[in-house]
Amino acid sequence: MAERKKPKLAVWKFSSCDGCQLSLIDCEDELLALTEEVRISYFLEATRKVEKGPYDVSLVEGSVTTPHDIKRIREVRKMSKVLVTIGACATSGGIQALRNFKNVKDFTRYVYAHPEYIDTLTTSTAISDHVAVDFELRGCPISKHQLLEVLNATLNGRRPNIPRHSECIECKRKGVVCRMVATGTACMGPVVQAGCGTLCPGMDRGCYGCFGPMETPNTASLAAHFKELGKDPRDIMRLFRSYNANAEAFRQESESHG
Amino acid sequence: MPGFDSPAAAAVVLDKGGLDGLIAGLGAGGFRVIGPTVSGDAVVYDDITSVKDLPAGWGDEQQGGRYRLVKRQDGALFGYTAGAQGWKRHLYPPRQTLFTARRKDKGYEVLPPPPAPPPMAFIGVRACELAAMAVHDRVFGDKTAPEPGYQRRRAAAFVVAVECGQAGGTCFCASMGTGPEVTAGFDIKLVELPARGVFVATAGSSAGADMLARLKVAAATEADKAEAARRVAGARPAKIMDTAQARGLQAKAEHSRWDEVAKRCLTCGNCTMVCPTCFCSSVEDSTDLKGETSERTRTWDSCFSIDFSYIHGGAVRTQARSRYRQWITHKLSAWHDQFGGSGCVGCGRCITWCPVGIDITEEVAAIAASDQGR
Repeated sequence: MAERKKPKLAVWKFSSCDGCQLSLIDCEDELLALTEEVRISYFLEATRKVEKGPYDVSLVEGSVTTPHDIKRIREVRKMSKVLVTIGACATSGGIQALRNFKNVKDFTRYVYAHPEYIDTLTTSTAISDHVAVDFELRGCPISKHQLLEVLNATLNGRRPNIPRHSECIECKRKGVVCRMVATGTACMGPVVQAGCGTLCPGMDRGCYGCFGPMETPNTASLAAHFKELGKDPRDIMRLFRSYNANAEAFRQESESHG
Repeated sequence: MPGFDSPAAAAVVLDKGGLDGLIAGLGAGGFRVIGPTVSGDAVVYDDITSVKDLPAGWGDEQQGGRYRLVKRQDGALFGYTAGAQGWKRHLYPPRQTLFTARRKDKGYEVLPPPPAPPPMAFIGVRACELAAMAVHDRVFGDKTAPEPGYQRRRAAAFVVAVECGQAGGTCFCASMGTGPEVTAGFDIKLVELPARGVFVATAGSSAGADMLARLKVAAATEADKAEAARRVAGARPAKIMDTAQARGLQAKAEHSRWDEVAKRCLTCGNCTMVCPTCFCSSVEDSTDLKGETSERTRTWDSCFSIDFSYIHGGAVRTQARSRYRQWITHKLSAWHDQFGGSGCVGCGRCITWCPVGIDITEEVAAIAASDQGR
């Protein structure tokens, strides 16, 4: 095969905890193989050495929470051929989108000695609310296997094998016995996108919904079932209002139990 | 399952030691022995090495959306009803590599497949599960689309069936004509007599007879046989599916009940995953980073996922009602046209393991109850 030109990879951070870009470093064994195939041109968490754009692939972590973020994401978009958002923050607004349900001025007053120095938006929103996004990778944090799959598919010009179906299908394929049916544990699995590798159900916990809404989430039916399991409206509201609180389906469901 | 050639074999009685000898004998004969065991708060079918791995003293309570293990007083080894998943995951695994290829010159070469895994022996297969295997034999034996992997695993498998001693809360095998009596499709059939801690065993094939001949057994008396027959008589399920109504579903494509069930249906796909006859899959291609080798994989998929019906231009069944309708109508109605019988064996798993407890028998009855929607 003819030697293919190494694409330039950039990794960007917006409002986030850095956990998702850490998944790239966490690739360990595969990381060296990856660096043979891509040129890491901008990745401040890994190296101070930066190369100027444009970039072939940009991975964007974090949500948009300040006026400065809005300006910067537009610049990133302009410099990027393919833009992939990674993680719950970048794809739905993240846990910091809890601010969307309250008054931000109250928060800044409680947290900062000088709230007048804080220049922030009233909402935390997904990158796709501001610029065009080519692919969204879910999770809090993302799965390193899925990250490699997206990069691999992009390098080889094929469709990434990233399912949009429920977490239940992942549990059943793996042989994990349903926590909700067998133990009565409230589980978000039926409305949550697969991809985590059944982390919580595999450890006898209900799904917390880190991967956000699946393709066609019937949140109302699941919420009604949570009620049958003995959950009160506040519990139900909180189940839907976590890492992906601002994802449309979860936001609407949580608001109907507030 | 090397031929069922001696159905009239004489019944014998073996104790738990004899059953242990059977498990050990199969293991020594090169089989991977798979049987019921308790894991994750349920009975699952997994690797076992002795009777100690069996769910001694465990039964289950099943209803729509609810499964609980319960202690039994009689110490029965097979006192549960249907396990969390059937034998499908062993005969038709959730993820199968179809082939691996490597780039060569301007084309590619297909790499030789890895050596075939050892044959499997299944301990504790119920009547409905034998019926499910028979359904898959038809599906995967289809001349236009044969499935050699399934056929190889199935032909090599040794089947120890166990007749149910009681019905589960969601099963309806009698309606579907699939149980509870075990009549064919086994190498050895067992009926457990828990009060005495023994089993009445019958060979269904020469391989089964050979295995039994190697074990310490006693001839079954008429009293033993009568006791065994009484066990299965008490296993007829209360739940009923009207098969004529079920078959008529495809004529009710616009019934308003589809909208009702869609309000509850999570489209999560659990019903299709636990169904012992659902066989739909998707095929994925993957590559290594360099693009030098690639692999084609088949994974279990579901008619409840959007991508499953995605064709050029979009998904065919975007609404929950159309996906639920597709599943149940294919299973109960169109399956007759396609494979010459129903796709449902009445195991009740889709009812138990539906998180919100949608009951396939209730849906059929509700749709049949009115003549609308034609």
